[in-house]
Order: sequence, then C-alpha cells, then structure tokens
Amino acid sequence: MRKKLALFILLGWVLLLIGDRVDELRVYQGAQIAMYTIALASIVLLTGYSGQVSLGNGAMMAVGGYSAALTLNNLGSPVWFAFVMAVVVSALFGAFLGAAAARLSGPYLAGTTLALAVGLPEIANQFAFLGGVPGILFDVGFPPARFGEEFTQYKWFFWIASFIALLALFITSNVLQSRYGRTWRAIRSHSLAAELSGVNSGRMKILAFTISSALAGLAGAVMAMTISLVAPGAYTLSLSFALVTGAVLAGVSSLPGVVFGALILVAIPEVADVLATRWGGDENLNNYLPGLIVSVLLILSVIFTPNGPGEKLKSRHHKKA
Amino acid sequence: MSLNVSNLTVHHGAICAINQVSIAVPTGKLAAIIGANGAGKTTLLRTLSGLKHPTNGSIMWKGEKIAGIKPEALVRRGISHVSEGKSVIPELTVRENLELGAIWRRNAKESKESIDQVVSIFPRLGERIQQRADTLSGGERQMLSIGRAIMAKPQLLLLDEPSLGLAPLVVEQIFQTIRDLTTAMNLTVLLVEQNAMGALKIADLGIVLNLGKVVAINHAQALIDDPAVRAAYLGY
Amino acid sequence: MQKLLETFLIGLSTGSIYALMSLALVLVWRSTRVVNFAQAGQAMLSTYIGFEISTRTEIFWLGLLFAIAAGALLGAGVDYFFMRVLFKHAVSGPAAVVAPVIATLGLLGLIRSIVGLIWGGEFKTIKSPASTDGFTFGETTIPFSALNLLIIVTVFVILIILAIIFQRTNLGLSLRASAYAPEIAQLAGIRTARTRTIGWAIAGGVGGVAGMLVTASNFLSPYSLDLLLVFGFIAAVIGGLESMVGSVVGALILGIALTFILNYVGTSLVFIGGFAVLIVVLLVKPDGIMARGRARRA
Repeated sequence: MRKKLALFILLGWVLLLIGDRVDELRVYQGAQIAMYTIALASIVLLTGYSGQVSLGNGAMMAVGGYSAALTLNNLGSPVWFAFVMAVVVSALFGAFLGAAAARLSGPYLAGTTLALAVGLPEIANQFAFLGGVPGILFDVGFPPARFGEEFTQYKWFFWIASFIALLALFITSNVLQSRYGRTWRAIRSHSLAAELSGVNSGRMKILAFTISSALAGLAGAVMAMTISLVAPGAYTLSLSFALVTGAVLAGVSSLPGVVFGALILVAIPEVADVLATRWGGDENLNNYLPGLIVSVLLILSVIFTPNGPGEKLKSRHHKKA
Repeated sequence: MSLNVSNLTVHHGAICAINQVSIAVPTGKLAAIIGANGAGKTTLLRTLSGLKHPTNGSIMWKGEKIAGIKPEALVRRGISHVSEGKSVIPELTVRENLELGAIWRRNAKESKESIDQVVSIFPRLGERIQQRADTLSGGERQMLSIGRAIMAKPQLLLLDEPSLGLAPLVVEQIFQTIRDLTTAMNLTVLLVEQNAMGALKIADLGIVLNLGKVVAINHAQALIDDPAVRAAYLGY
Repeated sequence: MQKLLETFLIGLSTGSIYALMSLALVLVWRSTRVVNFAQAGQAMLSTYIGFEISTRTEIFWLGLLFAIAAGALLGAGVDYFFMRVLFKHAVSGPAAVVAPVIATLGLLGLIRSIVGLIWGGEFKTIKSPASTDGFTFGETTIPFSALNLLIIVTVFVILIILAIIFQRTNLGLSLRASAYAPEIAQLAGIRTARTRTIGWAIAGGVGGVAGMLVTASNFLSPYSLDLLLVFGFIAAVIGGLESMVGSVVGALILGIALTFILNYVGTSLVFIGGFAVLIVVLLVKPDGIMARGRARRA
C-alpha cells in the first residue's frame, strides 16, 4: 500500500515535470488523456471485473458533467465542490441504473444501456435548464496568480485533470485489489458458485455500477473542464463506443492498461487528421475517418486479442516457461 | 462389411474417450454396444455421425472414408443418428418433426409416403400427428425420434439409449420394433444401451466397451452366456 | 375521442416499423444467439442504396426492392464473413461476456463510418410514395396520412409473407428447427450453417424495408436509424426475444404507447417513456410478455 502511494506520488512528480517541458497542444492532450484514463477505469471496473457490459458510460459522463456545471453556475460553489457533486450525482444515477439492471445480462444489459446512451442527449435537448443544444458553460477559472504569468490555462487543466486522475486511479486500484475486486471477478466467471459461497451478487453488481458511474461522472466533469462546456453533442453514442473500444484495446480487466487505452483514444483523432490531410482534406474524411479507425481497431482487437495485448504476451511467456 | 472402424481414437480435450477401437459390423446386422457409464459409447456414436472429429484412426462406410465429414453430409450417405435424450424438437408438431427428417431428400411425394410408413409402424404417432411434440409421453417421443430417423431412408442407424427413462413394457415394445425394422429394412444398426440384457437379446452382435477400449466382441448370444459379462453387465 | 383514434392509428403505423426491426433482431437472436446491433448499420446502408435508386429513377418501390436485396446480401455477408470468423476464435476469459456484443457494435460503427465517408453527413430525403398530408373528412383533418396507411399495409403484407414462409415451407421448417435445436437439425440432414445464413439474409432484407419506410417521412443520415434500433430492441425485449409473434405485438404496443405519450404529455418525455417501458417490463416480466416461463439467458 505504501509502495503504491509512493509510486503514484512519483508519477505525479513526473507528470509535473513533463507538463513544464512540452508545448500547449501536448499539455492539452495530456489533460484529455487524464480524462480518458478515469473514464476507461470505470469500464474496467464494470465490465472487466464485474462482467457487466454497459454502453451507457458516455451517458454517465454527461450526468457528471451537467451536475458539475449546474453546481458551479447555479450554486456558486467552489470548483472542487462541483467535482464532488459530479461524483455524488452520477453515483446515485449509477445505483439506480444498477438496481434496474441487476437482473439483466449480456445483450439485455447492453441493449438497455445502449438505449440510455442514445436517449440521454435527447433529454438534455428538451429541458431549458439543461441548456438545450448549445449547452452550459463550465469555467473553472484562471490558474492562481501565484503560479506566475507563464502558467497557461491549459496547463492548469492538465494539473487539475492529472491530480484527479491519479487520485481516482489510486482509489480504484485499491478497490479492485480488495475483496470487492475479488468478489466481482468471482461473480463474473462463476456467478452460481459465488452465490453459493454466500455472495450477494445483486448487491455487488449494483455496487459496481455505482462506483463505475461515479468514475464516469468524474471523467465527464473533467471533460467539461477541458472544453469549458457541457452540451449534448459532447456525450454521443460515439463516446460510449470509443470508451468500450479503448477498454478492450487496453485489456478490459487491466487497470494499468487504461493509460495505454487513453493514449490511443487521444491519438486516433490526431492520426486521422494527419491521414485526412494527406489524402485530400475532404470534410467527410475528417468527420468519419476517426470513427472508421476506431471501429476497425475494435473489431480486430475483439476478434484477435479480446483480453487485451497483455494476454498474448502472458501466454507466450507461459509457453516459454 | 459395410461399417469398418479401424484404430479409432477420440479425445475430449485432454481426455481420451475412445482408445484405438476397431469394430466391423456386417450389413443388415444389429450390433449392441454395452458398457458402464463413461465407457465411450455415446462418443463413439457421435464420432460415427460426424458430430465429433476423431484424433486418429479411420471409419469406412460403404467403402468410403467418412471420418471428419459433417453430419449433414453423412445423412445423405445413409447414416442416421438418434442422439441420447431429447431427440425431438418440442416446439414443432409430430408431423413437422417427421418432415424434418426428409427435407434433404427434396421429394414431397416420397416424404408423404415415408410419413405414412412411419405411422403404420407407430400408430400412436398417427393419432397425435398434429400435436406439438412436447405433449408426447416419453415413449412416444422415442418413437418419434426413431420415426424421424427412418424418414431419411437410412442404411446405418445409430441409436443412443432409446430405452432411457421408459417403462419396462414400453421398452420391450421399442426393442421389438427396432428388431423388426432392422430385418424389414435391411438396416445396419448400432444400438448403444445401458439396458444390456434387452439390447443383447435382440442383437446379432455384441460389443462391450470399457474406458474407451473394446473389451469383448462376439455373437450376442455368446456374450449373454459369458459368465464374466453376466456378472459385470447382466446382473447375474 | 377523435384524438384517441388518431393517436391509436399513428401509433399503429409507428409500431409496425418498429415491428420490422424487432423481428429482424429476434430472427438473428433465435438462430445465432447474438443480438445483432449492426442490424441498424445494415438497414442504414440498405436504405442509402435504396435512396440512390429511388432518387435516380424517381420510383420509391424500385428503391425499396433494391434496399431489400442489399439488406439480404449484407445480412448474409455479415453472417458468412464476420460471425463465422468471430465464433471460430472461441473466446474465453473476462472478455467472453463482452466479445460478441462489442463485435457487432464495432461492425455498426464500421458501416456507419463507411456510409459517412461515401455519402457524407448531410441529411438526405427520400420522396415518399404516398401523400404525407392527413386525411380530410369534411371539416376535420387528422394527422394520419396515406403514408401511414401504406406503412401499415406494407408491414402487414410482409408479416403475412414471413408467416407463410416460416409455417408452411420446408425452408421455414429448416429455419425453425435450426434455431430451436441446431444439433438435432444437423442430424436430420439440415445444412444448419447455410440455413442460418439465409435467416440472416431474411433479417437483413426486413431491416432494409424498415429503414426505407421510416425514412420516407423523415431524414436520412448516418445516425438516423439509431433510434429505430433502440426502439426495435425495446420492442423485442417487451415481446420476449424468443418469440417472433411477441416481438411484433411488443412493437405495436410500444408504438402506440409512445404516440400516446407524444400526444398527451409532450415530446420531451417520449424517449424517457420508451426507456421507462423497457425498465418496467424487464423488472416485472423479464421473459417478455409472450414467454412461457423460460429463463432469460444471455
């Protein structure tokens, strides 16, 4: 435990140093990567550990984002409180969803959460206090003056996002390694045996949904910070989709893998951009190429390395031994 | 010898279910395959009908190698397998279950004639021809399974424990019908059974399997008279 | 009273389109034990092809025909090239639960991206084969139009055709047998793999019709069929994924219920309404309203 704490502190220090040495764009992308790691962690917990396939994490991110924005704007609260509210509200939503979905599995669960993912943005469109299509502003404010003039807005985002990500990952890692994590894995692979050993799988599943949604909501608030906005267009089905892809690519039950997955998710639009400009800069290409790459990656990885590249490496290692 | 099995070896993952088994069954004869649970009897039938691929060895039917060929193709070569337990489709009617067996022949007239033939062998099926198969009793379902197998006009009939779960009187009927069919249609039959005595009594040939190996192979009557077989499988 | 009737009729029209989608989903589920989320993508691509044909020839029905053909080809293709590969790489480990679902989702995204790359994202329209004006009876005009009527009739005809195929032909018997008990069907000489592909082709063709019909009074875009997929899925779940009749009944109920919410409560709650219906059904009768008490297994 103490070793892990030290590791995380070290990581934080390294990120600090990196943040000082790279340019604006990279710092901004760093914030995005941090955001995705939190979001992917939510999927690792829910799908990788407790075995529940949910396509609704994008919708949960929206819940978090909107909660944070509403808290910040309407209650005039400090920024950190807005993030806390994001976690709390999404956790509540997650608990409710988990309770409703506890008896579902496989395609039923996937389809229900798909319905959520498609429909939640619609709800935001309809209600005025949610800002409709243009959305609501989410402004965390300028970096504190004592950091000096050189300290840019994006760097501030990066610091906040990384701190939150490190904190969230630390806590999640502990949860996953605790008996909760073990129980989830037991439910995932042998639910009948687990039940017979006295595990209340229904409650554990709801717990998984709750924590996973809390993480997703947190990621949603961080996303809102980086784009200074919450709007339905930011939380589309494609987002839920990208999250699932990132998780599968990284190893759906591997927490360390989320960093890798996050890197890929941020890299894809950039790669797609480069390719699109090289191939003629058609607007269509720009819009749909990232999706194409994501989909192809997803299909290939699901067919060939469904448990993440880590699995293949592990099995080769075993063969040698 | 229309059916010739040579050094057949079949694995379930790492476990060897059938270990270098060689059997030859003459045309038109009924071979009873008996043995304890787990002896490999069902696996043998499943391999013969194409549901399972052997690891080694060969199966010759009517002079051709058939190991590894898909079940649908083997049906067209005259092999019909009535698998253990639920071999009828409960949601379909009796008629539909029967028709299923003859679809591949693509001949509506022949199919109708075959149904009439099956009904004459199993009148009870005729009475229930429009009913869903899940309304049938155990014995009737067994008749339906055999009936469906006959619809394919098979030359080799593989029967897996037809007597399972049936009342003794019904069992006698079924066994007698199997014997009559074998003779009337010149079928080659492999009859896997836990009911060793009943099977041997109607059989020409007897094969004893234990732990995947052939322990004894002889005329059925010889096996009935064999004291070792009597002690192990016939209960006296 | 009049509003009640209007709502009911429009609900019937909407519900019949959902019925096609849910039928396609159930068909594939029964034969392959997979919920094919890519169905929306197949339907979408088929509809774009139908759009091209119907725009060039100005004949809606020709476009519909091509959409059906494209849908059937796509369905067969997805089963043959994609599903078989997927199942060959048998999956174990933590991803086993997830893999087939994610694979069909990946396929949906792939088809959507390809469609977007070829046709772009702007909304397209298909000229409706029938008037979209409400019928007028003397002084009053009801929102139920000739198109609505056409939709109901078309779906009805398709359902009858499918029922005949399934109940009265050898192909239908093979399809049912392969779905209920694939091993028994194999032992009876049915080419189950080929039969399954035909089932997927039928599902694909049906999806193509759904796409064309829903677009005739709406816009077409790479995202326009998502809602159809969701409602089709909800309808299938209401009816119980195992029953084709159930999925049709479920879809009609859903269509009518949603239209009621739309007319009597307001548009903002339509989606929540649908979602609520889904949750309620799953909580109260997880096997669907038509199920005979079979376990809801994934």
